Amino acid sequence: MAVAQKVQSADARSVADFSKEQELSAYRTMLTIRRFEEKAGQMYGMGLIGGFCHLYIGQEAVVVGMQMVLIEGDQVITGYRDHGHMIATGMDPKGVMAELTGRAHGYSKGKGGSMHMFSVEKGFYGGHGIVAAQAPLGTGLAFANRYRGNKNLSLTYFGDGAANQGQVYESFNMAELWKLPVIYVIENNRYAMGTSITRSSAEVNLSRRGLSFNIPGDQVDGMDVRAVKVAGEKAAEWCRSGKGPYILEMLTYRYRGHSMSDPAKYRTREEVDEVRTHHDPIDMARQRILDKKFASEDALKKIDGEVRDLINQAAEFATHDPEPDVSELYTDVYR
Amino acid sequence: MPTEVLMPALSPTMEKGNLAKWLKKEGDTIKSGDVIAEIETDKATMEVEAADEGTLGKILVPEGTADVAVNTPIAVILGEGEDKAAIKATKPAQQQKAAESAPPAKAQRQDAKTQEAPAPKPAKAPDAPTPQPASDPDIPEGTEMVTMTMREALRDAMAEEMRRDKDVFVMGEEVAEYQGAYKVTQGLLQEFGAARVIDTPITEHGFAGLGIGAALAGLKPVVEFMTFNFAMQAMDQLINSAAKTLYMSGGQMGCQIVFRGPNGAAARVAAQHSQDYSAWYSHVPGLKVIAPSTAADAKGLLKAAIRDLNPVIFLENEILYGHSSPVPKLDDFVLPIGKARIARAGNDVTIISWSMGMSYALKAAEELANDGIDAEVIDLRTLKPMDTDSIIASVQKTGRAVTVEEGWQQSGVGAEVAARIMERAFDYLDAPVARVSGKDVPMPYAANLEKLALPSVAEVVEAAKAVCYR
Repeated sequence: MAVAQKVQSADARSVADFSKEQELSAYRTMLTIRRFEEKAGQMYGMGLIGGFCHLYIGQEAVVVGMQMVLIEGDQVITGYRDHGHMIATGMDPKGVMAELTGRAHGYSKGKGGSMHMFSVEKGFYGGHGIVAAQAPLGTGLAFANRYRGNKNLSLTYFGDGAANQGQVYESFNMAELWKLPVIYVIENNRYAMGTSITRSSAEVNLSRRGLSFNIPGDQVDGMDVRAVKVAGEKAAEWCRSGKGPYILEMLTYRYRGHSMSDPAKYRTREEVDEVRTHHDPIDMARQRILDKKFASEDALKKIDGEVRDLINQAAEFATHDPEPDVSELYTDVYR
Repeated sequence: MPTEVLMPALSPTMEKGNLAKWLKKEGDTIKSGDVIAEIETDKATMEVEAADEGTLGKILVPEGTADVAVNTPIAVILGEGEDKAAIKATKPAQQQKAAESAPPAKAQRQDAKTQEAPAPKPAKAPDAPTPQPASDPDIPEGTEMVTMTMREALRDAMAEEMRRDKDVFVMGEEVAEYQGAYKVTQGLLQEFGAARVIDTPITEHGFAGLGIGAALAGLKPVVEFMTFNFAMQAMDQLINSAAKTLYMSGGQMGCQIVFRGPNGAAARVAAQHSQDYSAWYSHVPGLKVIAPSTAADAKGLLKAAIRDLNPVIFLENEILYGHSSPVPKLDDFVLPIGKARIARAGNDVTIISWSMGMSYALKAAEELANDGIDAEVIDLRTLKPMDTDSIIASVQKTGRAVTVEEGWQQSGVGAEVAARIMERAFDYLDAPVARVSGKDVPMPYAANLEKLALPSVAEVVEAAKAVCYR
């Protein structure tokens, strides 16, 4: 059940070749997310990060490809598996990591944690801990764009689990009714916690979930950053030209557990290894770069080293940044 | 430098686990993400993945070891060009510790601190900020007072704010073409057009969330619920998204939005359409909750709510919509949120209420006056933040208090008022605080039972007399 084989839409299968700059830039960002998440997992294991921690490892091509189609002023919103989205929007890994450790210079001053981070500056609207709550919120961001008459769109991410929530369909209805510029990116990583999509969903082709609202949808190979970008461009063009919402089902895979305390009993190690060995978004990008001679092995090693340094600095910062002052307890309740 | 692999914690509460199995052996090449070992806790078996690349230099904790403390080094990974000698040179101490199943790093840090200096006292929560509400604006002498219904006052408030600020828009079920299920939005569509007065499908959860999203993006929605009974479908968005986002974002992202509509019992609509949500919303930090009883308060406070930077729950009342009272004819009549109003001055007993409860309270005060009891009646107007100072000042004067609400008694607003009086004016009380409330039953349909389920003027009079020992 290779990810690529599941893709049915011809449009989404087509991949335009990336330029050297695009390949290298996507590679670096995907790698940054991967290393960030590995480090977060490690720091969780050391007790530096508390609570829930949902890692994005394996899904990096989705956010990196989609971010490439955005323009200034577009909004991004997602659920609780959000670290990758934040790094893709350009948020500082130091601030993200310091939020994970609950420190004063985290993006939310340590008051939000892994699932609740925001950046007005980078157009990142969270970071939402309630499954599917971001669907109407993201639709509302799109409503604001239409109200103001600008060309911006809202990129509203949710998972295959959230795709079964009622508020998603309330949102679909209003988005199409009012022709709101929103791309619903369904990150189908095949498991809602430990429940596989076939055990939770009557229609497993989630790109069809908008059909009764007349919202078009494509299935996309979410492990190939180039396929993601192509699909994203088509959807963005649709939204920006006033035709309303668009659904992109990203066929992707998370290598790690749902959260840190995942028993890993609901799928086989072979299944995980198969995706990791044959469809890893970063390995594939790396191979393309080498094949096309966009960069040498040494040049890639240099990038790897720079990324590792960046993440180590973030971890260092997040470990030594002080906890928020106790006077922060009552601030930011009202403004 | 060689990298230690530490015994990981799989949840914040995990302190130790068993090292069940090594899946790599010394000398194996390790890639980041490889599963190198399995560990067991009382809950599950988990895989340990390598976070670094290199060669598995040494296994420090053999498989089968039980009760390995979190953060104990369990293996060493050698980087490129490093050999086993590096481990021997640097690691004996750690190995020793590992063998002893060393306590987690956290505990070690605490021990170290204890030796250097006395353990710091546990931090004490700072004092909660005290609200400092402004006083009502002075109404210039000679200002014309226009008698209007609360319905008209609310409509005027929205229209004035929409004229003033293009980011303000109204959305909800039947607010536009139907002119409002209770005609509160009458005429707004005609003046402001369909882009700013928006009929929604019947999807409370969805449009509440959509409104909050628009507010996060900087618009100022006024979202009407046909009644607050239906807002129960949207409550997750109101609490988890609207009320908490400012805090969870460290003050970065706020939500300027008003949710308004009729709350509480109307007449003969039975249990699912008659609930009073005053206590529910006023429980939540991040929300402001307003519940006016007069046309003037409704207008001045709805204008304030629309301008307030925070999410505001504006609880109206279907029966009060048709009640008329004077409203000052001013260009911009805005009242302060969080300030109670003395609706009737008196010396013998304080009656505290809001919204529809004020009808019972004021009528009871008249009856009490006939019996020689001079009641002071306080209209809270805002339930959160509550104007505790005004309540306390009155009770210090009268020494007696009665709360009146249509909602249920347990964990109700009356219970909160009574607690605050007990905390701050205990020594002034000449009698225990009495509560008059809705009865602890779902609202019955039958006319006689419905009447019994709601508070009555007679019950307020009785309670006031009881606290006056009369």
